[in-house]
Amino acid sequence: MYRYDTYDQTLVDERVAQFRDQMDRYLAGRLGEDEFRPLRLQNGLYIQKHAPMLRIAIPYGMLSSQQLRALAAITRRYDRGYGHFSTRQNLQLNWPALEDVPDILGELAKVQMHAIQTSGNCIRNTTSDQFSGIAKDEIEDPRPWCELIRQWSTLHPEFAYLPRKFKIAVSGAKQDRAAIQVHDIGLRLWHDDNGELKVKVLAGGGLGRTPMIGDVVREDLPWQHLLTYLEACVRVYNQFGRRDNKFKARIKILVKALGIDEYRRRVEAEWAHLKDGPQTLTHAAVDAARAHFPEPERRPVPEQAIEVFDRLRADNRAFARFVTNNVTDHKVPGYKAVTLSLKRREHAPGDVTADQMEAVADLADQYSFGEIRVTHEQNLVLSDVPVDQLEALWQELDSLGMANPTVGTLNDIICCPGGDYCSLANAVSIPIAQALQERFENLDFLYDLGPLDLNISGCMNACGHHHVGHIGILGVDKKGEEYYQVSLGGNSTDDASLGKILGPSFYREDVPDVIEKVLQVYVEQRHDDERFLDTYRRIGLKPFKERVYA
Amino acid sequence: MPDSQLEHAQTLIKLGQPEENTWALSRIDDALPRARPVIVPLSLWLEHSSDGELAPWLPSDTELTGDLAKSLTHAPLIAIDFPAFTDGRGYTLARLLRERHGYQGEIRAIGDVLVDQLYYMSRCGFDALALREDQHLDDALRALGAFSVSYQPGVDVKEALFERRLRESGRS
Repeated sequence: MYRYDTYDQTLVDERVAQFRDQMDRYLAGRLGEDEFRPLRLQNGLYIQKHAPMLRIAIPYGMLSSQQLRALAAITRRYDRGYGHFSTRQNLQLNWPALEDVPDILGELAKVQMHAIQTSGNCIRNTTSDQFSGIAKDEIEDPRPWCELIRQWSTLHPEFAYLPRKFKIAVSGAKQDRAAIQVHDIGLRLWHDDNGELKVKVLAGGGLGRTPMIGDVVREDLPWQHLLTYLEACVRVYNQFGRRDNKFKARIKILVKALGIDEYRRRVEAEWAHLKDGPQTLTHAAVDAARAHFPEPERRPVPEQAIEVFDRLRADNRAFARFVTNNVTDHKVPGYKAVTLSLKRREHAPGDVTADQMEAVADLADQYSFGEIRVTHEQNLVLSDVPVDQLEALWQELDSLGMANPTVGTLNDIICCPGGDYCSLANAVSIPIAQALQERFENLDFLYDLGPLDLNISGCMNACGHHHVGHIGILGVDKKGEEYYQVSLGGNSTDDASLGKILGPSFYREDVPDVIEKVLQVYVEQRHDDERFLDTYRRIGLKPFKERVYA
Repeated sequence: MPDSQLEHAQTLIKLGQPEENTWALSRIDDALPRARPVIVPLSLWLEHSSDGELAPWLPSDTELTGDLAKSLTHAPLIAIDFPAFTDGRGYTLARLLRERHGYQGEIRAIGDVLVDQLYYMSRCGFDALALREDQHLDDALRALGAFSVSYQPGVDVKEALFERRLRESGRS
């Protein structure tokens, strides 16, 4: 993974010193609340309901075991011994003390980490596919490109005061696992007929209160021009995006108001001046970025071990379930990627204790070259596990409570922190997730339902991505009371779609019954192996509506 | 107009150093003040641009067309207004003036100009920073030097860090 050189380290160290100075001035009363706000936000620091919240960047979801141990130590020393992995592949601390934050950032810098631009109206942490570099369907490893974008966007002098936040996601595989169609800018790496690498550029996607699917700005941008083109895209947004109303300030509103053709025309006109400028990428520059992501030194796995694995899978039902749901094929025969489930009834989705972080770091060292990945579904991945060690890893994960064989099922709920922590939320979300996990814990039932994304957001800011859940649940506030709106038919992958609202919202205690009725309709109406999403697309909202509101 | 409505920034940083400010500032766009030298709204300046002791200030939503940029080339200085420090359009305007239109004169940040914006402003081509009244000069000078390295090229540094790394390691 990417390792800092002295330049990266200097920049991050200087950033800590800068923020320490800003915090000192704030605490001394020389920097007002409103003026401190964007400064702290661009260092990941929110003032939340009960305490500050600190969002730590995990660039494109990659962590080393050493970094994860450092995070564990930080949560113990400065927080309550746990952290929350978010849908943007970051880690959030829920209980740091305000005045400790410069020290926490200093601790992070020691392990080549930071919280730069994890919040605020700037270019945020670039996200990507959790199976980058190992996916069987990969065309181009997106990590070097993400790192180039990270560097370009970090402390970009022109784009620190954009109209609103700006999120970029990159996918380099046939299947989009980075939800690029619902980002401010989505990038897809692909090869043309001559094997030349091109970038498809989407703009104007996003969730929040006005969810939209991104439009294509450019199908076939030559890779050399990625950074200059991004600069043109963001510059047009910085100049023309609305600043009078924060709810209409995202790029999606601009793209919709101008129309994609006019937005593209302005970007191309801007880019005509930037093209071939000093940020034009060269083979040498890309090769240098790629050199940070070498293939790990995988030992050959004997053919016989693969047979043993296949036999075990056939014989052991519990292991087979784990493999089916939590193990992903690898481009190298004999290797697998293993998803560690952070969806357990006793914890909020995405929460991990310090002890568990350390245990996962040890497992990463033992089984997967010391690297861990964070997924936007709020799970962790060990990306390079030889099949002859899978059973041992499975047993260790089981004793850690991270072998829940439910990845990709109804139980693998994406969920924001909600009203228990967040001051924006209209309603709690974690207790809804827990109530659903409790109701639908029968594994046979979960497997019978097949792949099903259920996403929960505590408010319309949509941190829990409810619009793109096959089933989405949104907390709404009606005269100070918590209600929940259910939508169906959302999807975040290639054929992305936004869910449609089922009807009037429900009381919290009724949500599990409502979801059960929705599932009944699916089970009754599905054809053969049809996924929930496909059944919904075939039969529409009506049969679900009739059952739920009967 | 009565010159009592003029603003006069007390704290000016020019090329990284404190400097006495000689320019008054008028935000009234329908009357030319008597004082000289004075910075006036762009529309007013365009009508009187032959007066060498007048300079324009640009609102943050200025669309910098080629014609406008051309008429600005002989301005003794160009001020860019920050109506709120969270309005980031001025950064783009300054870069366009410097990098696209080759403006060599002073570009001055006026309005809601705070200590913690100065570093980014200086990278975008502002060489004069008229701090808001309540800002501390020593904080400002310290903030300007917060970073010794940057990833992106700007008006100050012409080379992206990825290119510099290649050059220094002999790979470019």
